[in-house]
Amino acid sequence: MNRIDQLFQQRTEPVLNIYFTAGFPKLDDTRTILKSLQDSGADLIEIGIPYSDPVADGPTIQESNTVALKNGMTLKVLMNQLKGMRDEINVPVVLMGYLNPIVQYGIERFCKDCQEVGVDGLILPDLPMYEYQTSYKQLFEQHGLNNIFLISPQTSEARIREVDANSKGFIYMVSSASITGAKKGISEEQIGYFERVQNMQLKTPRLIGFGISDRESFLQASRYAQGAIIGSAFINLLKGADKPEQDIKDFISSIKRPAAASAAVK
Amino acid sequence: MSSKAIFTVNEHGYYGNFGGSYIPEMLYPNVEELREKYLQILNSAEFQKDYNHLLRDYVGRPTPLYLANRLSEQLGANIYLKREDLCHTGAHKVNNTVGQILMAKALGKKKIIAETGAGQHGVATATVCALMGLECIVYMGEIDTQRQRPNVERMKLLGAEVRPALSGSRTLKDATNEAMRHWINNPADTHYIIGSVVGPHPYPDMVARLQAVISKEIREQLKEKTGNELPDYVVACVGGGSNAAGAFYHYLDEPSVKLVAVEAAGKGVHSGESAATTALGKPGILHGSKTILMQTEDGQVTEPYSISAGLDYPGIGPFHAHLFDSKRADFLAVTDEDAMQAGVNLSKTEGIIPAIESAHALSALQQMKFKSDDVVVVNLSGRGDKDLETYIKWGGY
Repeated sequence: MNRIDQLFQQRTEPVLNIYFTAGFPKLDDTRTILKSLQDSGADLIEIGIPYSDPVADGPTIQESNTVALKNGMTLKVLMNQLKGMRDEINVPVVLMGYLNPIVQYGIERFCKDCQEVGVDGLILPDLPMYEYQTSYKQLFEQHGLNNIFLISPQTSEARIREVDANSKGFIYMVSSASITGAKKGISEEQIGYFERVQNMQLKTPRLIGFGISDRESFLQASRYAQGAIIGSAFINLLKGADKPEQDIKDFISSIKRPAAASAAVK
Repeated sequence: MSSKAIFTVNEHGYYGNFGGSYIPEMLYPNVEELREKYLQILNSAEFQKDYNHLLRDYVGRPTPLYLANRLSEQLGANIYLKREDLCHTGAHKVNNTVGQILMAKALGKKKIIAETGAGQHGVATATVCALMGLECIVYMGEIDTQRQRPNVERMKLLGAEVRPALSGSRTLKDATNEAMRHWINNPADTHYIIGSVVGPHPYPDMVARLQAVISKEIREQLKEKTGNELPDYVVACVGGGSNAAGAFYHYLDEPSVKLVAVEAAGKGVHSGESAATTALGKPGILHGSKTILMQTEDGQVTEPYSISAGLDYPGIGPFHAHLFDSKRADFLAVTDEDAMQAGVNLSKTEGIIPAIESAHALSALQQMKFKSDDVVVVNLSGRGDKDLETYIKWGGY
């Protein structure tokens, strides 16, 4: 069974998904960050494939993309780094990226390599539903890759139903009308949207992302979904990290450990 | 099947293998609303009445089709110039912005955003926003704001806010990224006026339709002047490709009319400093559509170069990618040097100082072989006032 599906079937506590950009801050950090995240208690890890024109991302993640590209990160390098990761990494791993570098790499080769290294899912923000269904779905499924769609507060109910019907793994709920890292905290209006979607009783689990940066926003979002995603805040942490392994451990603990403790008390 | 059917967009937004709508889900509701309504609005009597009225009384259409006698003598053919340089604001760009501002009003949008490279589309957008009293924000690469200072001031004078794009390479493609990000952050009340036949469906088709007035007029004017509405050649420069799309549009299904698209070769097609997309690019995805794109082996978009800021874009519209792929149009490339010479030449032989973009189309005539009775229409997409500084620096006149 796909590790993402397994995770959501087994887990009752909120799922913490952490995003980082491959090749940032240094080219060879990928495996160290993966391992540290897993050991610190991240439940799901999303690795960004850097791109020159990441339109859905705000300044923090854009900047990490630029640095990663300067460091020499490519899809070829990343696949090599991920080879053998399943010897030590058990948590589900999702690749996030824009379509062009993947198309140039070759879609079939990409899917094959993902399966070989043990990638469980894909988040491709500029892959529209129509293209997915006509050209990509079969290939992704053949290689055991869950395609994760996004929804936003502007997404209509009919469209959410369509996304739900076509989703595997989880639905990525963009918390507000924004790019990544644009807003902090959660407003009343956003809660209205979270509740509206929660009441739709979708078959696919949901994770809330964009604007989640600390324990408070993580717990708040997790009341309305199976968990949440932290991206820009984690990139900011890596940017200033002297001892990345310890800093990652402290960061994840600051979000998770008290939550696990309070869940145990319940 | 008529050949026209091959070149127009299909229901999924494709021109052959190119086009589509590769956008983040956050933009889907906006783009979908536009897709659902654009044809209905464009074809409505009210839109047509307002659009035609503004084109006539505000833009100054129809623009003349001028037989350039001395240039014709030089080249040994009948060279007609479609004088888009005489449009209000100095280029064809305003045909599109007049149409899209009416579109925005019909959609009930209150705010306008746009991207701009050289600043011509930004000025044309700021102009129609002033005309309609709508708030206007223009994203412009930080490097371009320095290169094109007068246009920045023009936009401000017209009441627009100019926001420098600080990300990536800080030029047109990054200004487009920033405009898209702004739209993601402000989906409800904002319309994004894209300046060329690029972007997700329905933008390329909508912009082509709004620029199609150029070839509609060429047909009428040529018929009046020569008795035949079909020339042998239509020649236009291509950055994203809006003026070429407009000049080609009503000739797409006339196979006897040869369409010539002219790209900027910068310092030479293979010099590493060029914007000759079809010569250097391969299929890829940028700014919402699948098209031909200048990129690295790993699929990172590369930074183009041309002396002309309006041609300095790493892709071309999917409309043109399909014309290239299907060989319906010939694609030529012209260097900085040759374009500048053609610009000076037109200034001295016809008393018309062309925009450097348009000078690329003029220079391409030197690469072509004509018969003495050939009728050639060159789309003179803009005037050279904005380029005076570049002409002065280049010298040679």
